[in-house]
Amino acid sequence: MAKRSAPEVNAGSMADIAFLLLIFFLVTTTIPKDSGISRKLPPMEPPNDEDVIIKQKNIFTVLLNGKDQLLVEDDLMELKDLRKAAIEFLDNGGDGTCNYCNGRKDPKSSDNPDKAIISLKNERETSYSAYISVQNELVAAYNDLRNKRALQIGPQRGFREMDFVLMEKNYKDPKFNGDKDKLKAVIDQIRAEYPEKLSEVQ
Amino acid sequence: MSKFKSKKDNALPAVNTASLPDIVFMLLFFFMVVTVMREDTLLIENRLPLADQVEKLEKKYPISYIYAGKPARGYEKYGTEARLQLNDKFAEISEIKAFINAERAAIREELVDYLTVSLKVDKEANMGIVGDIKEQLREANALKINYSVGTGSALDN
Repeated sequence: MAKRSAPEVNAGSMADIAFLLLIFFLVTTTIPKDSGISRKLPPMEPPNDEDVIIKQKNIFTVLLNGKDQLLVEDDLMELKDLRKAAIEFLDNGGDGTCNYCNGRKDPKSSDNPDKAIISLKNERETSYSAYISVQNELVAAYNDLRNKRALQIGPQRGFREMDFVLMEKNYKDPKFNGDKDKLKAVIDQIRAEYPEKLSEVQ
Repeated sequence: MSKFKSKKDNALPAVNTASLPDIVFMLLFFFMVVTVMREDTLLIENRLPLADQVEKLEKKYPISYIYAGKPARGYEKYGTEARLQLNDKFAEISEIKAFINAERAAIREELVDYLTVSLKVDKEANMGIVGDIKEQLREANALKINYSVGTGSALDN
C-alpha cells in the first residue's frame, strides 16, 4: 500500500481561537491601581491618668463639621488655603531652636516642627471625600516642607535634584543605583526634622 | 511587446494574514499577564475619592480589603445607608475583628505584622462608618491602614 503522509492541520481558525481568548481576558482585566494615603492608627493604650500637657500654640486644630465646612483654629477656611496655613504653622520655629525653618518666627505660633501637632477632628456626618481631601492637604503640607528640605541638604550629601518623595521612591526601588544607606540616612534626617505629628480626635 | 506583458492582472494582492495569529497571541499574552481577577464581588457602590499625595500599595506584603458604601443597585433591600462589606457579603461593624483574625490566620506567620488594611470607601459615605471601622481595627491591633483613593486633584472632590 502506498504510504500516506499525515494531512496538514488547518491552522486557519487559530486566529479565531486566539481572538476568543483575547476578548475573554480583555473583558475580565482590571489593571490594578491600588494606591492611597497610608496612615498608622494609634494603638489602644492602657488607661493612664497622666495627661501630657501641650501648649495651645503648638496645636493646629482642624475641624471638619457635619456640613463639610472646614474650621481651622476656629475660623472658617477654604480647602485650598489649608495647605499654606499648615505649612506656615509647621515651619514657624517660634522658639528659635529650629535653624532650618523658614517661617516667620511668630511667638504666638508653634515652637518648632518637632513640637507642632496637627489635630484633626471630624464629625460622624462628615463626608468621606471631604475627609480624604483634608488628609491629602495635610500630607501635602508635610511633603512640601520635606521636599524643600531635601532639595536643600540633598546636594551636599550626593543626591542632586531629588526631592523627598523621589528619595523615598528611589529607596524602595530595587533598580536604584546609588548608595542606599546614605539615602536612608538623609530620609531619616528629614523625617526627624519634620516629623509627621497628625493626631485624630475620636 | 506582448512578451513583457505581465501575466497577472493589476489588482492589489491580498494582504497576507498569516502573521495575524501571532499578533493576536502577543496581545493575548499581554492581557493574560496583567489580568487580576476581581477578588470580591462588590455589593456596594464604590467610587473612590480623589487625592494626589498617594503612595503605591506594596503588593509584597499582605493586604486585606474592607469595603464600605451604599448598597449597589439590586441590593436596595439592604437600605440606603452606607454598609460594610467583608469578603463577599455584607457585614456588621462587630465582625471586623473576626475578619482580621481570619486574614491573619491565612498568611505566613512572619508576615502577620505587615498586614495592611486597605479601606475602599465610597466617597459619599460619611465618616461615622469609617470612624467605627477604625475603632474596630485599633481594637484588633491592625494599625497599618491605607485609604484607597483615585489619583486626581483633591480639590475636585
